[in-house]
Amino acid sequence: MPQMTDERVLSRLREEDLSLLHEVSMKTAGVSRLEMCIQCGTCGGSCPSAMDMEHTPRMLFAMLRAGMRDEALRSNTPWICVSCYHCVVRCPQEVHIADVMYTLKSMAIKAKLYRDDIAPHFSQTFVDMVETYGRSFEFGLASRHYLRHFPLRMPGMMPMGFGMITKGRMGITPKKIRRMDQLKAILNRASQLELTL
Amino acid sequence: MNKYLFYPGCSMESSAKAYMESMNAILEPLDLRFEEIEDWNCCGATEYLGINLIPAYSLIARNLALALDQVGKMNGTDGTHTVVAPCSACYLNLAKADHYMQERPSLGAKVNEALAAGGLSYKPGALDVRHLIDVLVYDVGLDKIRSRVVRPLHGLRVAPYMGCMLPRPDYKNRWSDHEHPTELDDLLRALGAEVIEYPLTTSCCGGHMTQIGPETAFELIRRLVADADDRGADLMATVCPMCQMNIDAYQNEMNHFFGTDYHMPILFFTQLMGLAFGKEPGEVGIGMELVNARNAMARVGVEVPLTQEPAGPRKKDEGLPMPRRWTKREVEKEAVK
Repeated sequence: MPQMTDERVLSRLREEDLSLLHEVSMKTAGVSRLEMCIQCGTCGGSCPSAMDMEHTPRMLFAMLRAGMRDEALRSNTPWICVSCYHCVVRCPQEVHIADVMYTLKSMAIKAKLYRDDIAPHFSQTFVDMVETYGRSFEFGLASRHYLRHFPLRMPGMMPMGFGMITKGRMGITPKKIRRMDQLKAILNRASQLELTL
Repeated sequence: MNKYLFYPGCSMESSAKAYMESMNAILEPLDLRFEEIEDWNCCGATEYLGINLIPAYSLIARNLALALDQVGKMNGTDGTHTVVAPCSACYLNLAKADHYMQERPSLGAKVNEALAAGGLSYKPGALDVRHLIDVLVYDVGLDKIRSRVVRPLHGLRVAPYMGCMLPRPDYKNRWSDHEHPTELDDLLRALGAEVIEYPLTTSCCGGHMTQIGPETAFELIRRLVADADDRGADLMATVCPMCQMNIDAYQNEMNHFFGTDYHMPILFFTQLMGLAFGKEPGEVGIGMELVNARNAMARVGVEVPLTQEPAGPRKKDEGLPMPRRWTKREVEKEAVK
């Protein structure tokens, strides 16, 4: 966590920084209740992957409140979140923690502030498949993703991939929905819309 | 005959084919009829939500809108307002979209604006989204399930693995508990299986981390597999295609990473139901798992025909003498010194 000098804290007392917490809350589906966080730390204590996070969720939420936009959006925390909802059911304030993580990912992508591009690329490749076929396409997704980011993992994964294909568990051609035109029209319209209060 | 709308989800047609086959095999004995949502699309898994909110929810909602249309055409038989999803991730996404469109009316309005571009609409709350095991335990009932058992799974020690996205966040309070639900335990016991104490039953399998952060995922898989093994389980039973995929297909790579040699098969709970109902292993997709369940099946007198197993990493026993590969714990211990 970066050291904040008094000067830096003062310089952050601008409206856009103070409203960071509200911006994140606003952009989250449902009523996020992020403002209600009491910094108890139950979230981080419940998290199965906290050991790989730079900031526990609690710390991340404090950073949002402090207006540390760049630091918060650069954190690897939302990308390590496995969406297991342990923190969500334990949070005494019922903050929609997992959904806040989704919001932070999309904000980081928009601001191009993520440092490691593996996770954003994986999500984007998955979405590309869905936007093209209307269905997920594991073979295409896996080959594109591993060639790009884990070429050295591929030899070790060959037996698994071979097993999946020979056992009929992974098709090598995509399945496509019938009314792709309808889905495209919906997604096109949707991409022009923003969530409001 | 109880009729339900059915949302299969992409994996049921690919990596979780065994789930689909075994589910189809138990529907008739339980007097269930599933009607597939016509032209359904992918729910976006855990990927789309982190990219763009309104398109992600619109993608999910198209399925709900199509389902609602189909309900209208079926002129109301019992249970037809219920959409059944067998995949925990699909179930959660559908339930979540329905829930948040009510909790945040502006989300409902925006999603409907998008759906209108495709001539569709959805009224939040109009459908009931439920998981397959929820319908089996609470609608069909354990008594009926027990009455269909002709080959009790006596002596088979099963670790009941519920996974995370099914009992949590649980918008409609459907489950007995968020962290230690007993629905799967009860169902497996009804089949005659010996259910072991498995405290990690709702711990995460790593989800998409096998693709983007394998080391994080391997540790989560290791915990689940090691604990089931320590407690003497013959196999694990799951309700989710993603959990099955991570624990089955990545177990070999996980073993390689930690220098362990666990062999913990994981089957879908419907495969065990099918077996208990007297189906042949081939009818319920047994043999499609990569960590084979042959030994576990032998314990209940089920013989699984030999299929060609994918070769594991090549063992160089005859090569130059090499020190044993260190486990992660040994590496850490050394680092502390």
